[in-house]
This record gives sequence, C-alpha cells and structure tokens, in this order.
Amino acid sequence: MDVVVARNLSKTYQAGAVAVPAVREASFTIARGSLVAFVGPSGSGKSTLLNMVGCLDHPSGGTLEVLGTDVARLDRHAAAGFRGAHLGFIFQDFNLIPVLSAAENIEYPLLMVQNRPAAERQARVAELLEAVGMAEQAAKRPDQLSGGQKQRVAVARALASKAKLVLADEPTANLDHDTAYRILALMKKMRDEQGTTFVFSTHDPKIVNEAEVILTLEDGRLVNHG
Amino acid sequence: MAKILSLAARNLARYWRRTLLTSGLIILGVVAVLLFIAVSGSFKGLIVGQITDSMLGHLQLHRRGYVASIDNLPLNLNMKPAAVAVAEKALGADPAVVAWSPRLKFGAMFSNFTETTSIRLNGVLPEREAAAMPMLAKRVVQGSVANGLLERGKVLVPEIIARGMKLKPGDTVVLVATNLDGSVNGQNFVVQGVLGDVTGPGGRDGYVHLEDARALLRMTEGEVSEIAVRLKGLGMLPAAKARLEAAVAGLRNPQGESVLQVHGWDQLSPFANIARIIDLLDVFIRVMLVGIVLIAVMNVMIMAVYERIREIGMISAIGTPPRRILALFLAEGALLGAAGTAIGVALSFAVVYALNVWPVHFTFGRDQQLVLAPALAAGEVVLIGAIVVVIAILASLQPAWKAARMDPITALRHV
Repeated sequence: MDVVVARNLSKTYQAGAVAVPAVREASFTIARGSLVAFVGPSGSGKSTLLNMVGCLDHPSGGTLEVLGTDVARLDRHAAAGFRGAHLGFIFQDFNLIPVLSAAENIEYPLLMVQNRPAAERQARVAELLEAVGMAEQAAKRPDQLSGGQKQRVAVARALASKAKLVLADEPTANLDHDTAYRILALMKKMRDEQGTTFVFSTHDPKIVNEAEVILTLEDGRLVNHG
Repeated sequence: MAKILSLAARNLARYWRRTLLTSGLIILGVVAVLLFIAVSGSFKGLIVGQITDSMLGHLQLHRRGYVASIDNLPLNLNMKPAAVAVAEKALGADPAVVAWSPRLKFGAMFSNFTETTSIRLNGVLPEREAAAMPMLAKRVVQGSVANGLLERGKVLVPEIIARGMKLKPGDTVVLVATNLDGSVNGQNFVVQGVLGDVTGPGGRDGYVHLEDARALLRMTEGEVSEIAVRLKGLGMLPAAKARLEAAVAGLRNPQGESVLQVHGWDQLSPFANIARIIDLLDVFIRVMLVGIVLIAVMNVMIMAVYERIREIGMISAIGTPPRRILALFLAEGALLGAAGTAIGVALSFAVVYALNVWPVHFTFGRDQQLVLAPALAAGEVVLIGAIVVVIAILASLQPAWKAARMDPITALRHV
C-alpha cells in the first residue's frame, strides 16, 4: 500500500512579479515501509517536495495524498493536527529543545502534541531510548551530546508518536560519514522494527545508496524514479 | 498546564541574566508601589485620624451659610433649638452614627491679668465631646481631664497661648466675649489643662463647658454653632452624609432651601486637598508600574521569540497546536510577572516590618514627632499582584501570537 501518492505535483513561489517554479509536475508514489531518498543538487526542489509531503507547504498544482488524506485541502490548524497525529520529522540541525533532557525531548510530542497520559509517555520514551541506544544518556541535555547522539534522539522523537511516515531533511548533513551511516542504519532498524516509512533528502552521493528508492530531482523535475 | 509552566520556567532560566534583569525591574516597581501605598496610607490615616478624632469628627451639621463665614465664628448663623432638635432626631435614627457633640463656637479676649490675646473657643458638653472626639483628651499635655474632658468654670487652653502667656493648670484667666446683641461680658475661668496643637482648623482652639459659654454670651436659647458627628467608620461617610442630608431636608428657610447643611471632614479641612494629591500620586505610581511591567516583559518576550525562531519552527512542524505555542509564551510572561510580584511583595513586607520595628518620626505642619506605622492591606497586595500578572500576560500577547502564527518552513530556515 502506498503512503504517499503525488500526481503532477507543482509548487511555484512568487518573487515579486516573477513566478519561480520549485517543483514541476512531479508524479510518484511511496510504498509503506520503504526507505526513500530525494536526491539532487541544492535548489533542485527536494526540500520543497519534502515540505509538501510533510504538510508544511501547500502545492500550487496537482494532487497529493498522504496516508490516504488529500493534504492539499488542509488548513493551517488541520495540517498541524495531521502532522502531530501521523508524521515525524528529523532536521539537519537536530533542533532539539536545549532546556530539555534527551528523554524529555523524546517525550515532547507525546506531551505537547498528543497529550498522552504520563504512564504511556514514560513507557514509550524508555522503549525508544533503548531502541536508539541512548538509554545511558537519557538525562543529558543536548549540549552534553555529540552530533550523532543528538540525531539519535531526534530519530526517537520523530518515532515517539508512532508516526507512520518520517520525513528527514538532510539528516546527515552535519554528521561525519561514519555517524551518517549509523543514523541511516538506525532508520532502517526502526523501519524494520516499527514498520515506519522513512523519506529523507540528501545531496551526499555516498549515503544515497543506502536508500532503497531514490527519487532524483533537477530544476524541480523528477528525472529518475528507481 | 503544569508541564507548560515547567517548560516556561526552564526557558526563562535559559536566559537567566535577562530574566533576572526583567524580574529586577518588576520587583523594583512592585516594591516602589507597595511602599508608597503603605507609607502614604499610613501618613494619610494618621493625619485624617487626628483631624476626625480630635477636632472635626467625620462630619458636621451647620446652619446654611455658617461654613462660608466660619473664620468669623458668626453667632447670628447658629442653629436654633428647633433646628438642633431636627438634627439630633436624624442623628439618633442613623445606624452609622456612634456619637455627636453640639458645639458653640465663639471668639473671645483671653487675659492672664498682665497680657491679653484673642482666642477661638468651643463650648462643649464634655462627656459628649469626649465620646465624639476620642483623641481630644489625649491632646491634654498639661493638667488633668475631668468629666471626659473638663469641668464647669474651667478652660482648656491651646499650647501656643499657654506657652506665650506662661500659663499652667490652676491659673486664673479672664475671658471676655461679645454677644449677639453687641454687649460685652467677662468671666473668670481656671485653666484645667493645656491642649497640644495639631494641624488643621480647630487645632489651636480652646474649650469651655457649653453652659459656661452660653452664660458668657448671655445666651438664653439652646443655640449651637455646629454638631460634630462620629461615625462607626470613615468608609461610611458618603452614605451617612446622604442619609442625614435627606433626613434634615424637611426644614426649609423662606427661600425654600434646606436650613441645615451636612459637611464631611474633607469639606472642612484643607488636608483633604493633600489627601487628594496623595491619591493622585498613588494612581500615577500605579500607571508607572504598568508601564515598567509592559515595557520590560514585552521587550524580553520579543527577544525570546526572536532568539527561538528555529525552535518555534520545529515545535510547529512536529504538530504542536498553535494555541499551545501561544500558551507557552504567555506562561513565560505570566511567570516573569508572578515571580517579580512574589519577590517584590516579600521585600515590601520586610521593609514595612522594618519601618514598624524602627519607626520613622516626622514633622508635619506644627505637629512634631509624628510616627509612621505603615501597613500593607491584603486587598492592595492582591490588586497589585493581579495588575502585574495581567499586564505581563498582555505584554506577552503580541510576541506569543507571533510565535503561534509563525510559518514553520520560514522559521526553520531562519539563521
């Protein structure tokens, strides 16, 4: 079953009087449980595509279904609700909340987004800390963690709310290669264990091959789907 | 909610220097306002208490036109017995009235047989005057008190005259007064005591028995110049005044006007203007506090939002509802206000306590060695606290609204 179905998806930004197309007529599907990479040079439209799939941005044209929902029709509040309920995000700069410990960062979406009971939150956080190998660092704050450890916490946070689809924008850009491979291995492991679909963007050719499906973009056009 | 407050507190601690500075401003404002309220309230209460409890009473009844000519102590504007009866009936029926004292006020020549001066005198019924003016007897600085105040044939002399004429209790003096018909009469009196001066009208008047005053003035009718009234509390003044005005309104002069007029202490004493200025300053300093809190909290919250744009983008991207982002920043503002208020109130209570342990003495007008006893009313503290927290929340509203409305993509791209 496909978790993402895009048909002739377009996004055009308006820069003053000039229309700048960022994504042009992109059609693709993403199957449940797959590890997908959006690849392309800077400015090719991979982040824009990722933002549209993540309900952070609205398409200018075409249709986009995520987990069976026509997300182009969602308003700001509905989109926030959809993201909180079904999607997970991993960011290039980790974006952990500096005043919270690793465990609290993982707990954040369960508490502030999904409002889960305390017992359920604690059980889920403990499970994820174990799964990403961060149980020993649970009480540490982000400034006490290495880049790789931060990204592990970010992966756990993305999975905390049992997201069916996790979107990662350049998740390894700020990591060395060894750490980057370990993060991708962690994504695969979590995909295998929890059945989550991971979609990430990258322009690093060395880690692209770790993906099972590669969607290549050039000037906003999808040039390769394989 | 507890988690939001906890997160808000941690965010405030994250920029602790800025938080400390802003809280310091709020603390300073709260302490300034509460101390001003406590000290000015104490000063006002002290002076007003002195005026109402030893001279004027809370309100007075006069014949129409008497107060306008009060400096001359006009005997022709005294209340006639019929008017006095109407007034006393109204006073007896009013639930707020504790006591009242009829007075006959007049001017006289005062001589110790070697020197002569002028004096303003009050003819009073001692027990009733003492009941209506409970602090009057305490003003007797030399001599004794009898019948609640003084005996027949005796006079209480104001300190300023006693000092100048070197009088002491037991000395004989002569009072010479001109009556309504223009004839002059003199009578010997014995000095019963010396009255300490206080600031305000009547603060340097002497006292004799009402019957002695009538005899000196050869007055055959039971006229009085004014009736000084003591109420159960100063707060009852407006309502009691309105009731008494209505109760005596039936007595009319040929022009159709009410014969009797009711005046509150604030219409009779110039200190009322000082009290109004103090009240105005009180409002002004509260407005200053609002300004301090508004600017300080808004500034710190605008900075907080600006510095955490990427963080806001992240929490928004992962699906945090906008109302929760709004609540998070409002909670930060409210906590700043609440913490500042709590510390400010604690400091204010400490300073007020210290001012009561080591009292401040001051001079006001002719009054020496007045002692301030500042106090903080719970109502005032709660009101100031509520003002600060509400203003802090209002000041956070715009930055919090901006954070809640932030586009996650733009926020995540912010450098």
